[in-house]
Amino acid sequence: MDLFTHKTAISALLGKIKSLTRSRSSPIRVMEVCGTHTMTVHRYGLKTLLRESGVDMISGPGCPVCITPNEYHEAAIRLVTEREGLILATFGDMTRVPTRTGALQTAVPAPRSAVRVVYSPEESLTLAGKEAGKDVVFFGTGFETTIPSIALMARKARQAGLRNYAVLAALWTIPPPLRAVLESGEVRLSGFLYPGHVSAIIGTAPYEFVAREFGLPGAVAGFEPADILLAILSILEQIEDGRPRVANAYGRVVRPEGNPAARAVMDDILEPADAHWRGLGRIPRSGLILKPDYAGVDAVRKYGLDLAAGSEDLPGCRCGEVLRGVAAPPECRHFAKTCSPDSPRGPCMVSYEGACFVHFKYRDVGYG
Amino acid sequence: MDKVSLELGSGGRTMRDFIARTIVPVLGNPRLRKLLDASHIPGGFAFTTDSYVVDPIFFPGGDIGTLAVNGTANDLVVSGAVPRFISLALILEEGLEWAALEKIIHSIRRAAKRAGVEVATGDTKVVRRGQGDKIYINTSGIGRVIAKPNAAAARLGDRIILTGTLGEHSLAVLLARGDFGLEAKVRSDCAALTFLLPLWKKGAIWMRDITRGGLATILSEMAAETPFPLVIDEEAIPLSKAVRAAAGLLGIDPLYLACEGRAVLLVREKDAARVLAALRKHPLGRRSAVIGRLDDSVGRPGELILRTTAGGLRLLEPLTSELLPRIC
Amino acid sequence: MGAENSVCLGIPVKVVELDPSGESGKVDYLGTRVQTGFALLPGIELGDWVIVHAGFAISRLDEEEARETLDLLREIVEKSENDGSFHP
Repeated sequence: MDLFTHKTAISALLGKIKSLTRSRSSPIRVMEVCGTHTMTVHRYGLKTLLRESGVDMISGPGCPVCITPNEYHEAAIRLVTEREGLILATFGDMTRVPTRTGALQTAVPAPRSAVRVVYSPEESLTLAGKEAGKDVVFFGTGFETTIPSIALMARKARQAGLRNYAVLAALWTIPPPLRAVLESGEVRLSGFLYPGHVSAIIGTAPYEFVAREFGLPGAVAGFEPADILLAILSILEQIEDGRPRVANAYGRVVRPEGNPAARAVMDDILEPADAHWRGLGRIPRSGLILKPDYAGVDAVRKYGLDLAAGSEDLPGCRCGEVLRGVAAPPECRHFAKTCSPDSPRGPCMVSYEGACFVHFKYRDVGYG
Repeated sequence: MDKVSLELGSGGRTMRDFIARTIVPVLGNPRLRKLLDASHIPGGFAFTTDSYVVDPIFFPGGDIGTLAVNGTANDLVVSGAVPRFISLALILEEGLEWAALEKIIHSIRRAAKRAGVEVATGDTKVVRRGQGDKIYINTSGIGRVIAKPNAAAARLGDRIILTGTLGEHSLAVLLARGDFGLEAKVRSDCAALTFLLPLWKKGAIWMRDITRGGLATILSEMAAETPFPLVIDEEAIPLSKAVRAAAGLLGIDPLYLACEGRAVLLVREKDAARVLAALRKHPLGRRSAVIGRLDDSVGRPGELILRTTAGGLRLLEPLTSELLPRIC
Repeated sequence: MGAENSVCLGIPVKVVELDPSGESGKVDYLGTRVQTGFALLPGIELGDWVIVHAGFAISRLDEEEARETLDLLREIVEKSENDGSFHP
């Protein structure tokens, strides 16, 4: 698979892209909605190469940790600081999201309680088995790629009759925010890069409204540099022949019908709900929650958590605007000065998939 | 900050800031202010110290004893000194198994022999069960200075040479902790770098061993001292299969993984080919490679630039937040 | 940096061990093996190539499509070498 990263192929692909953008008066603007796409574009230095080839890449709401609003993090903090004998298990970056009541990482747990970093949802289940005298709450967030595995944990826990396990899940679906971004009219776009692994689960049909109702081209893209460039080429070809559609440039992994077994797991355990996204506000039927018969493993119901109270971002944090694609991280006056991975002001600088963190870690070379 | 956080010991920015803002202003003297891993002291000697808190204490390829000798010897080597004597201070937790302790002492003996150092003095303390994690070791080392590292004297075209593959020590320790459910064939790269000493007279003007913070952090230190930007070729960086697999499977970035037997050298352009050939002859330097050079055609002085495998350019940042505690 | 299983892992890995239930097993990448769940890909077989995310295999690699993509890339490289627009 060397061709996917190698200079030779990348150079050739960029040459082809340039030949298609040459005649245009302004760069084409492509939004990606996947943290891993953000990472690939910056980590390989593609952003500058693309800009030089007439393509501006814009980061959208593609980072689940970032779009999870503070009320979830504050609820998690309250659980571990106010309840005894409770282990809050979550991924590393989740522990560092700053809120008005601090971050999980620096919270002082109640007696016999603790915050534990796990590396997979499965690990949280194993933890519940080992710590029979304590309650384990898995605080997880994700899009459709991760959602089936979180749902499976809820099912396994219920099937095993585990009484000391619950899931605090902030689950988000990708197609609704695309509509929200387009309907807001805030960002001028030429096309979308659709997320590779979300699409492996949901297939390509859920994006068709983008082409049909908004006339925008788009292509499902994989995660190697060549994959991203092939998808951009597809978008350019769609612009050329005036036929916007949902192209699949990641055919080796994504089937048009997606993964029916994974969707069946989701349909069985979860149901759609309106959800409040950081930066994008309330979007109808854009989230997923555990069905009523999973109440026993639903942390919201089990602990009577109040997530309705909308919490605010820290002062000066522009994470919401970054997520909507209206501000690029370097445009924020705090970026790299008073906001950095060491002392973040918001989740976009905390999450490994956050646009601000990615911009910080993989910075453009200064030309003076 | 009103309490010590784990990040303070990570080798990253938080630690550097702590030293610059809390240690140096209070203890500051011209020698300490240079913030070298080993200080040159009167009489032609270099003096260094390091503490070892690795968890677990035994891992594939070594143990806390091997680390304690090699880590300190290596600090002297890369500071331009031949390691001669080390002190050995043990802090033992009540209840530590005798067999484990004996094994570690024998590891120390073997490592000291290989590194050419004599354990000249030592100390033993025992703390109550629960007040120290099995064993902590401090070693201080004295060496005879044979060269003065000077990155400020670097010229355009000078080459950056890496003596081997990255990250095997970190990966071996991580897997030995049982954290990730991975099965990989990997051994710590822990080793004495004394084979680099002759290179001080053969074209090397600066060296550093790649410990906490990984290659990216060490190169940032180099970039801060050289008058020209460093441009690194990502494709040239040697990686073992196990580390590449961990990178793909876990999202770990090899450029930030600590090693315990790898160094990066700044070498005069005209001497680079010979230095590389000499390194590759040694069993510990077989995968040595030129990974970059001083180049001002892109970027500004002080910048550390990576040319990615895809051909794009970006800055390479030093380690910021704590990632893997107690790796050495 | 950091070990983050929440990140999309784009690399195809090979199924090398499968429990009798077919629900879990191990995948191999460059000689390193990791425990993986297969509940989201019923009918998985030893030797299949899959994409793994958050500890579960989420999709099979279609080798025919993979070959086609590689062929496409090769074609693009050759064309750019021929028409002189090649700038490595």
